[in-house]
Amino acid sequence: MVTVSLELSGPDASRELIAAASPEHPSLLDPEHRMGALFGVVNIPNVVWIDESGAIVRPPEPGWPGGRHQMPKEMADAMPEVGRAPNAPEAPVDGPGQWDVLGSGQDRGSYGDAIRDWVEHGADSEFAMSPDEVVSASQPRSSAMSQGAAHFELANDLWRMGERDAAIEHFNASHRLQPDNWTYKRQAWSLLGRERVGGAYGQFVQMPVAGEEADWPFDSDFRSDVLVTDLGGYYPKTL
Amino acid sequence: MLLDSLDQDAKDFAAATGWEIKPQGACKGDVCVPLGPGDFDLRVAAERLGMAIVADEPRGRWALGPESVGDRALTTAEAPELVLDDIDGNEFRLSSLRGQKVLVVSWAPY
Repeated sequence: MVTVSLELSGPDASRELIAAASPEHPSLLDPEHRMGALFGVVNIPNVVWIDESGAIVRPPEPGWPGGRHQMPKEMADAMPEVGRAPNAPEAPVDGPGQWDVLGSGQDRGSYGDAIRDWVEHGADSEFAMSPDEVVSASQPRSSAMSQGAAHFELANDLWRMGERDAAIEHFNASHRLQPDNWTYKRQAWSLLGRERVGGAYGQFVQMPVAGEEADWPFDSDFRSDVLVTDLGGYYPKTL
Repeated sequence: MLLDSLDQDAKDFAAATGWEIKPQGACKGDVCVPLGPGDFDLRVAAERLGMAIVADEPRGRWALGPESVGDRALTTAEAPELVLDDIDGNEFRLSSLRGQKVLVVSWAPY
């Protein structure tokens, strides 16, 4: 196994979590989101299966080692009251709630069983795809999406250079051109959460703090976008 | 791929994108896209492979988006080379695990 942290802010943002996991496998940093450009990763956690010959047998898909966990109380207690981006889409009346959407789609509990089946049976596993199936099951990629990725790369670099306004302009462009790329959105929104809320969990506040909505520079925010996502749309079911 | 100039050589292009420039065109795995005659030209390769070029005009540089030529993120099932550092700055190549089954797990601290 290889783990890859998609985080532009530098090693310290991932260091504590990697240390806590004490990984015996390669644990890598991906500040430029190469996993997005090269493999089509658009959300986390995402897993790619690669066989002994170097062939991908399952393209990026949501995957977990076990069932769903509750948000730790300490983390829930640290969350401030939040608002919504002024330009965010309106949630549909009687639509599913945030936690309904986040908990739908891919079956977390059985994902590890599928991996174990592949480890035991290799190409004969029902979960191993043919090369053609892998390509067709990978994420859509239009020229507009390529443009979105280029904007994200500029945004990423501009943010690290301290060119915040220019970075946000390119982040917003990347979000408009790749609206289903949650990694692009969560990365950008988390930067402001880390700055404005701080602490151990500030990066999870991916929407404006209540009362500070007018100062939120992004076109939308995490909760607003989740609330306009269909059940199964956030972590699509692929197994 | 961030660029200070649109005049790039084929080697740098291949290292960043995984598309090797061969006599028959730009190739990744068993897929080759003809580039036409002449020396490598980034603009031509980008157009043929469906890679967007976005300018950051105030700073005189560009970003090259990934290929969209096959309408999917993967044009081949052959895993692309991935070269990243670990937390201590040691370079790691995904291809060094050839011969083993590999799970690449993407995560983020957000």
